[in-house]
Amino acid sequence: MASIDIQDIRKSYGAVQVLHGVDLNIRDGEFIVLVGPSGCGKSTLLRMIAGLEEVTGGDIAIAGKRVNDLAPKDRDIAMVFQSYALYPHMSVAENMSYSLRLRKTPRERIQSAVSAAASKLGLDPLLERRPKALSGGQRQRVAMGRAIVRQPKAFLFDEPLSNLDARLREQMRAEIKKLHGDLGATSIYVTHDQIEAMTLADRIVAMHGGVVQQVGSPLDLYDRPANLFVAGFIGSPGMNFLSAHYVPGENGASVRLGDGTLIALPQKYTLAADEPVTVGIRPEHVELSDADGTGVDAGVELIEPTGFGTILHLTHHGLPFKVFTVDRTHLNAGPAVKVSFPPGHLHLFDGEGDRVTS
Amino acid sequence: MTAKSMVLTVAHRLAILAYIVFALFPLFWLLKVSLTPNDLLYSEGVRMWPSRVSFDHFRFVVAHSDFPIFFRNSLIVAGSTAIVVTILASLSGYALSRFAFRAKYWIVALMLLTQMFPLVMLVAPIFKMLSPLGLTNSLTGLVIVYSAFNVPFATFLMQSFFDGIPKDLEEAAKIDGATQFTAFRQIILPLTLPGIAATIGFVFTAAWSELLFALMLISGNDAATFPVGLLSFVSKFSVDFGQMMAAGVLALIPACVFFFLIQRYLVQGLTAGAVKG
Repeated sequence: MASIDIQDIRKSYGAVQVLHGVDLNIRDGEFIVLVGPSGCGKSTLLRMIAGLEEVTGGDIAIAGKRVNDLAPKDRDIAMVFQSYALYPHMSVAENMSYSLRLRKTPRERIQSAVSAAASKLGLDPLLERRPKALSGGQRQRVAMGRAIVRQPKAFLFDEPLSNLDARLREQMRAEIKKLHGDLGATSIYVTHDQIEAMTLADRIVAMHGGVVQQVGSPLDLYDRPANLFVAGFIGSPGMNFLSAHYVPGENGASVRLGDGTLIALPQKYTLAADEPVTVGIRPEHVELSDADGTGVDAGVELIEPTGFGTILHLTHHGLPFKVFTVDRTHLNAGPAVKVSFPPGHLHLFDGEGDRVTS
Repeated sequence: MTAKSMVLTVAHRLAILAYIVFALFPLFWLLKVSLTPNDLLYSEGVRMWPSRVSFDHFRFVVAHSDFPIFFRNSLIVAGSTAIVVTILASLSGYALSRFAFRAKYWIVALMLLTQMFPLVMLVAPIFKMLSPLGLTNSLTGLVIVYSAFNVPFATFLMQSFFDGIPKDLEEAAKIDGATQFTAFRQIILPLTLPGIAATIGFVFTAAWSELLFALMLISGNDAATFPVGLLSFVSKFSVDFGQMMAAGVLALIPACVFFFLIQRYLVQGLTAGAVKG
């Protein structure tokens, strides 16, 4: 187990720069999730830590030792690939023991390590099989087994669950979390799935366009997103954004929507009057009432029942937004409803898209 | 099955049958002539099968001609060429498939260029080059020439097989603790066995049946390969068809045995199950 320190890491392919100076300190035993849309550089960063991509600039240190110029084999890390990358001509046991055999570990040690890992992952009956005789979930497990069989300094996961169906993904997610609890190993996990990020991470690193947007605990990112990108990326259904102008007001600040509707803010901010802002609110925080209730008028466009709750697609003067509610009485809402935006749940972003805090 | 699809299926099968008959008929004729005794060869007219068969031609070819020497020479030349070319093509195909390096484009273009000339054009220059080196009239010279001509195509063939193997596999091996070469040897090469078998088979048959250079570079029976040897059955006044065909049948055997041995790899997709699928 080890800490991983990343300092001002840059990566370019020719003239194209994909990572623009990433800083990150990962503590010993921490579970870090790199999350972001396709092409944000998260996989590149992971592959640079693994040693599979060369570092254009900056430093990577594992357990305090600079590893920029070390081959992957000398970094003592394990990695689980999205494609699993199992060796097709080897049995499950051989796949799992390959790294130990390369290190000339004594046979008895290999056997005990493989059987310990196999029983942890429920792979005992499959040890003699070839990968092609395994289901997707079993292959995934073997890939995990291959990683845990030697005790590396860190585990790297590159979207390991993307190829599984939803149910299996949920199950494996829980197993990975449990495994991390058992082994306490430093882990870096790359995903574009924000649910995986939220459920697994000690800390999430949200990335976009090769730049780290925010680092923090899952609830930090959920409750206090640093900018519009993080606010929109974390949470499903995504946060509603309404373009507005800041109104200082004498009896408390508010924002004015395009049609003149005022929405009260929880506090005053150091913004100029009439400055363009974006106000954000999560669908589950919007309060819904009948057309004769109080609040802002909205038309119902679409209702999506999910069983657990209901997602209502609404518009207010052409401005679309969503509401999520577990109250089933709203299943037949419409055609018009009233909504209100509790000030405590509003997020305010300035013209640059950054969160306004004071 | 409707009447129309039935008719189409039958027509399809008949077309395949016609093709197979067309392709195999010369081989059948080879066998037929080799088994026909000399006295019946010209006396019975055109018949699909002689009224009497004998193995005299085979006996003569094996016991009283230079054919065993030709056969041994061919085996040495074709076998060595196949091994040399496959080793070189595996390494260069892997490099072309996996590494980005300067002048890669030009190397590929040059290799392609070598495939564009009719071989006849090159006979004289090659003779001129090999002669002072003492490599004419030698099996080594033939192996070198055949290897040079087969490496480019074999490289492209191997490259396409390497391209088909997911890069993740060797990355996983490297993270597991392998060097680039160990990953190549222990992970990639075993998965390329079908490709290696195809390459060996292709090069072996090409070298086995090559006539032009063997004829031009070799004089005398000691270093002659069997395609050249076949010509020795043609004399000034007659052609000994029976013996020539018997030698031809014998020459088919190694190629058949060879493909029988490697057919398992040719049809097997070893990468199944490597990645999601």
